[in-house]
Amino acid sequence: MRFIFKTRYEQDIRLAKHGGHLFWYSCLGLVMLGAPWLVSEYWLAQLTFVLIYAVVGLGLMLLSGFTGLFSLGHAAFLGVGAYTQAAMTNAGVPFPIALVSAGAVSAAVGVVVGLPALRVKGIYLAIATLAFGFIVEEVFARWESVTGGNAGIHIKAPNLFGFKLDSDVSFYFACLVVSVLATLAVLNLLRSPTGRAFVAIRDSEVSAQSMGIHLARYKTLSFAISAALAGIGGALYAHKLQFISPDQFSLLQSIDLLLMIVIGGVGSVHGAFLGAIFLITMPQVIALGKDWLPTAIGQAPGLQGFVYGAVLIGFVLFEPLGLYGRWLKLRTYLQVFPFYRRGMFQRQKSYLKSDRLK
Amino acid sequence: MTDILLAVGDLSVRFGGVLAVNKVGFDVKRGEVFTLIGPNGAGKTTVFNLISRIYTPTSGTIAFEGDDLARHAPHEIAKLGIARTFQNIELFEHASVLQNLLIGRHTHRSTGLWGELLFTGKTRRAEVEAREKVERVIDLLALQHHREAIVASLPYGVRKVVELARALCTEPKLLLLDEPSSGLNVEETDDMAFWIDDIRHELGVTVLMVEHDMALVSKVSDRVLAMNQGEVLAMGTPREVQSHPGVIEAYLGRAADVAKLRRSAEVTT
Amino acid sequence: MQALQIVISGIAQGCIYGLIALGVVLIYKATETVSFVQGELMMLGGFIGLFAMSALGWPFWLAFASAVGAMALFGVALDRVVIRPILGQPAFSIVMLTIGIGYVARGAVTMIPGIGTETHTLAVPYKDQTWTAGALVLNVEQIVIIVATVLLSVVLFAVFRYSKLGIAMQAASQNQLAAYYMGIPVARLNGLVWGLAAAVAAVAGLLLAPITFVHANMGFVGLKAMPAAVVGGFGSLPGALVGGLVIGIVESLSGFYLPEGFKDVAPYVVVLIMLVVRPNGLFGEKLRKKV
Repeated sequence: MRFIFKTRYEQDIRLAKHGGHLFWYSCLGLVMLGAPWLVSEYWLAQLTFVLIYAVVGLGLMLLSGFTGLFSLGHAAFLGVGAYTQAAMTNAGVPFPIALVSAGAVSAAVGVVVGLPALRVKGIYLAIATLAFGFIVEEVFARWESVTGGNAGIHIKAPNLFGFKLDSDVSFYFACLVVSVLATLAVLNLLRSPTGRAFVAIRDSEVSAQSMGIHLARYKTLSFAISAALAGIGGALYAHKLQFISPDQFSLLQSIDLLLMIVIGGVGSVHGAFLGAIFLITMPQVIALGKDWLPTAIGQAPGLQGFVYGAVLIGFVLFEPLGLYGRWLKLRTYLQVFPFYRRGMFQRQKSYLKSDRLK
Repeated sequence: MTDILLAVGDLSVRFGGVLAVNKVGFDVKRGEVFTLIGPNGAGKTTVFNLISRIYTPTSGTIAFEGDDLARHAPHEIAKLGIARTFQNIELFEHASVLQNLLIGRHTHRSTGLWGELLFTGKTRRAEVEAREKVERVIDLLALQHHREAIVASLPYGVRKVVELARALCTEPKLLLLDEPSSGLNVEETDDMAFWIDDIRHELGVTVLMVEHDMALVSKVSDRVLAMNQGEVLAMGTPREVQSHPGVIEAYLGRAADVAKLRRSAEVTT
Repeated sequence: MQALQIVISGIAQGCIYGLIALGVVLIYKATETVSFVQGELMMLGGFIGLFAMSALGWPFWLAFASAVGAMALFGVALDRVVIRPILGQPAFSIVMLTIGIGYVARGAVTMIPGIGTETHTLAVPYKDQTWTAGALVLNVEQIVIIVATVLLSVVLFAVFRYSKLGIAMQAASQNQLAAYYMGIPVARLNGLVWGLAAAVAAVAGLLLAPITFVHANMGFVGLKAMPAAVVGGFGSLPGALVGGLVIGIVESLSGFYLPEGFKDVAPYVVVLIMLVVRPNGLFGEKLRKKV
């Protein structure tokens, strides 16, 4: 079992808490770098999608998991980023600039969507974000001059100052770079005053105010950063699919994103990645399992929705810490073997207390 | 620099039909420990909430170092140098004690958003410095054991100390303590008395507190203000206030009733 | 005259939204849980009615009663099995749970061979009838919706006004542990409320069936009940109905007078305006924690 003995403040601040951390994440890094030569083209594409969804998931995790602002319309930011990227790339803007603009435009929309957050809380905010999601989706469909309306638009390949990123491998590396930078940015944010301010707002607004945290500013900031990340993810999404249309950014997509962070594990950065892996591999698993089920069930169109719902219910009921929580338990089991007791992570029976008076 | 740190003048607040605080006025001198006492519902915590700008007064003024607090938003109060603890602990439950205390350092933040996203050297140094300052408070209140514990897992007595620590981390000039000894046992209350003394003498922080434990009040306070039903009853040294007839009546009842109680007690024993 | 007909059609639609919002607010008042599954409960009610009428051959009124009763039992069972274990968890988790239940219900119905993917008509006795009053031609289906909603509201009002149920519900939602200590059978109460909400949703589904037909995606109508509940103020039962009416009328009018596409977003624009103007809805109260 490992005991971390800290003798300097820097050790507390570091991202890699001990040598083992560094080792395993370096291994992961090497595997990710070597992926194009290790896995088939199909799985590389899936891996690219995992990275893209993870970036979006990081944004949503920051907003809902760390700041406690529940967003039911996050697909809107995905769409804003995607369409901005499409418009700019088709106009010939180089990839990095278009990407940054996609993030910036999404951040601006995020600020607007975050305005209700300054006045209302909890379910009211959730419904407000839901409303925004529907409105933005409709705007995508109606603003035909920019978005091509319901017919959708195609996107040219990303253009890195002359170097075209139109192969699967090169685009994979672009996504890898973006997702690593996004993860580092979020981790840095969380270990600095702004990240702590977000957590403070989540846990006790009154108390946060008395500590000098300007609620309106930090809530808006959280929305902006979260939307920017979703927008950047959306831009990459647009390039990967090479075709986007408004119905890809509907409520169902928003719920998929929420599903991702709940199953991944709310309130942890790992959760965004684990959730993204879940979201991308689940349809594959269902497709594989279909052959083993009786035809009536296996070939039924509603199967995917049914399984998603069942898994979500299962996680909320039995594993509220999500996949990351399950991983923590497994790791603890291995670390303290054979002294693991069943009650180590037991939740106390909780009673309902009014959320309105928070 | 005047001698008076906080000047409350004719303060009143009305919630619907209830006049929770009625023309309350007092001054808190720099470096003293000033206590508000009174039965439950007297309006003591409401006065605190008015100072912290959680509520807005209906009339009257609160001036901190000559600055009218009504001109400031709630989140600006900490930067002015006023920190507070809450009656029913308002800690950040899902964070560790260290995180809670570091959040207390928020007003001393010197980093900007981009510096934090990139975690520049300046941000790193600011973080180390914040941790050094926080460590001094941890030393003062002996919280070393609990540094990494998640607040939700801590017992009540420890949480109260963490709440005090968090308020101290803001490096305040004026510290508002709302019932610091409520829920604490005798030992913990003794510790609290020593800490309040230390805070006043070592850290030079002025303390304004609400308290029910008369022993603690007598031990640490310089001056006491007694309130009842939103109004001021008496003000003076602890001894003066405790022997004030109006105060005794508010707590125990009229002299005649007290005598009757005494007689019936004698009969039964 | 046409305007009046549009308004009435809006009122009828609004009654449906109001009924679903009523279920949402009921559950919120009792357990502070926001239920996103009311739409799917409505859909299930419609399908049970359909099943009773076409497969079992029962007359409409019997099918109606049995669908409502069956959904009430389903609501109680849902509460017992899925909701009760997680009360006390953060609101976010519980909302995700209800969304998950909705997915399961929708998926399960879609999987039913043959029936799941089709759109069905419910053979109500008053189908396609119209009622003429002078120059006004009214759709009987809409009249039935409005009348039924009014009756149901009166009954519910009486139940909550003249029984201790209302107070017990509020107590349980504000501090469950204290409610237990006071002898309130919180678990039974929650089951009752879920059963009631599910029954109301079933009524809405059966009333809506003649207009939108019975199909697996019927539940999405329920999404518009959320803005209705917010507009009315999320803790107020009459507010839910009023909110539903507001949304229904605005939607109907914008469908007719405004360009295409506005009809779908009208409820959401209304809710945003409401949150700016009156954040706590028309009848909601502003609650604040005492620190």
